[in-house]
Amino acid sequence: MEILVASAIGMMTATGVYLVLRLRTFPVVLGMSFLSYAVNVFLFATGRLVVNRPPIIEDAARAYTDPLPQALVLTAIVISFGMTAVVVLLALGAYIDSGTDRIDVPPEDEEREGRG
Amino acid sequence: MMGHWIIVPVVMPAVVAALIVLVMRHDLVLQRVVSTAAVAALVGVAVALFANAGTVQAYRLGDWPAPFGIVLMLDRLSALMVLLTAVLAAVVILYAIGSGWDGRGRHFHALFQFQLMGICGAFLTGDAFNLFVFFEVLLIASYGLMIHAGGGLRLRMGVQYVIFNLAGSTLFLFALGTLYGVTGTLNMADLAVKMGTLAPADQALARVGAMLLLLVFAVKGALVPLQFWLPGTYANAPAPVAALFAIMTKVGAYAVIRMYVLVFPPDSAVTGTLFADLLLPAALVTLALGALGVLGADRMGKLAAFAAIASMGTVFTAVAGFTEASIAAALYYIIHSTFAGAALFLVVDLVRARRGPLAGRLVAGPAFAGRGLVAALFFAAAIAAAGMPPLSGFLGKLLILDALRTAPGVAWIWGVILVTSLVTLVGLARAGSLVFWSTAEAPALPELPPAEAPPPAPALALVAAAAPLVALVALTVLAGPVSRETGAIAADLFARTAYIDAALETDGAKGMDADDTGEAH
Repeated sequence: MEILVASAIGMMTATGVYLVLRLRTFPVVLGMSFLSYAVNVFLFATGRLVVNRPPIIEDAARAYTDPLPQALVLTAIVISFGMTAVVVLLALGAYIDSGTDRIDVPPEDEEREGRG
Repeated sequence: MMGHWIIVPVVMPAVVAALIVLVMRHDLVLQRVVSTAAVAALVGVAVALFANAGTVQAYRLGDWPAPFGIVLMLDRLSALMVLLTAVLAAVVILYAIGSGWDGRGRHFHALFQFQLMGICGAFLTGDAFNLFVFFEVLLIASYGLMIHAGGGLRLRMGVQYVIFNLAGSTLFLFALGTLYGVTGTLNMADLAVKMGTLAPADQALARVGAMLLLLVFAVKGALVPLQFWLPGTYANAPAPVAALFAIMTKVGAYAVIRMYVLVFPPDSAVTGTLFADLLLPAALVTLALGALGVLGADRMGKLAAFAAIASMGTVFTAVAGFTEASIAAALYYIIHSTFAGAALFLVVDLVRARRGPLAGRLVAGPAFAGRGLVAALFFAAAIAAAGMPPLSGFLGKLLILDALRTAPGVAWIWGVILVTSLVTLVGLARAGSLVFWSTAEAPALPELPPAEAPPPAPALALVAAAAPLVALVALTVLAGPVSRETGAIAADLFARTAYIDAALETDGAKGMDADDTGEAH
């Protein structure tokens, strides 16, 4: 199980990093999503991988899984979800306003439009 | 003892922001009044917190015992930073109102209050994961503020800024996960205790986590090689927003000081002097790059942005010393450079608003109205930014040079700081003489964008732009008491036990409580 989870995190991170390094907004947004999936699973695993154990106190339980990483992951999911929405809107706005979805800003565009 | 007042700098802006969005989103005047009143109240609370921060106090949310619950920690460092934020916010909000920037898009005041909530929270929290959450709060608000008033280029620069910081946030989570996996805690004080008793097998992993964390703070603090987001963002952000962002880079510096003095101090068995050794060259390169950027900038916004990078280089150079004296000097310089950076951005905006289509281009243009007064303000801001006497930048740099006198590589440190001061000075002088002294017919520039700014800003904007300069004069006059105070703050930081005892409610804290009541009598 460790190998499976570790390689899944690794592959998602690698995919995310590759996509984030693209120069168009859509792949970059996808890459950010991959990175946030990877980090969520990673955070989940920081409480150690345990199967079939409750996170909260229960009379019948013999052992527990660490509940804190689950709370952390929940926070991280909410934040990354909101951030994805923000970056999608921003990317759309930039595309509609300037007619290009390139991430980089060539110097001539900055020279033309910039008020600096 | 400050009791519930400790959480006011976080809760009050949050409530005010929500009220502004819900109740008064169509009434700009009402927004201005409420927002300004909230900032004024924040200044009052910050002063009270600072006056009572002599002993470290913990505020347990939900009264959960440490280290299980979340704590806010009030010590003199966080109180100082909250006070600095509040004063800067007061200046910025007056400028935003005076120049009309807040009316050029929607929700300026709500986002502004959310930004204050995030910044104050980041300074007050005693929990590493909460630091992440407050970073996100201040970043989300800053994304909205950065693209305030819109425009294609500003949006595109905003996309870069958001993506860079999202990547930083992901890295932050990886770092926190690694540290939690090793230590099983995210309370900063508890982390500091656990680092001391870490099994040798886990030390390498903790080092990796600490290194990732440093990268995150370097992104926030615009440390080379992670500074790429700053020039485009700051140069294209609305001026009051860029001025407020002067404190955002300081959040990175604060986080480095807090984490790497408390949790990973240079004498720690886990990390040793690794971070001091890495920070120093990075800081010196940052300083050099900022100075060269000031010299080579083709626009005033870029110039101010690179001056901000240079000031962060200076701050991190002092921080990298990791001694009481150098941290004290860094804190003094943080206060100075926050106001100096803000002043520069505001004055640059005054120039842009008055030069019509030429805006911030560093080319000679026709004379413009009110040039003398704006030139005087720019002169003062430039003196402050370059660190020339008589303003506090000079004293700050002197303190830093003095604190690092016995540091290894002192020749490099002194050389870089002194040469970059000269380079910055030349760059600022060049900009000033081009904009204010040379006059020429407006050069034929192709497709000049329509002027974004309204007619020259009224008196309130001028007063607000001059206010940080007044603060700098005060900082210069009161250099003695202020540097004694920063010295005491640095001594507190290195003592560590008071903070840890207060956070974890160990016996020391109870003893200290008794001492405190004794003092009160």
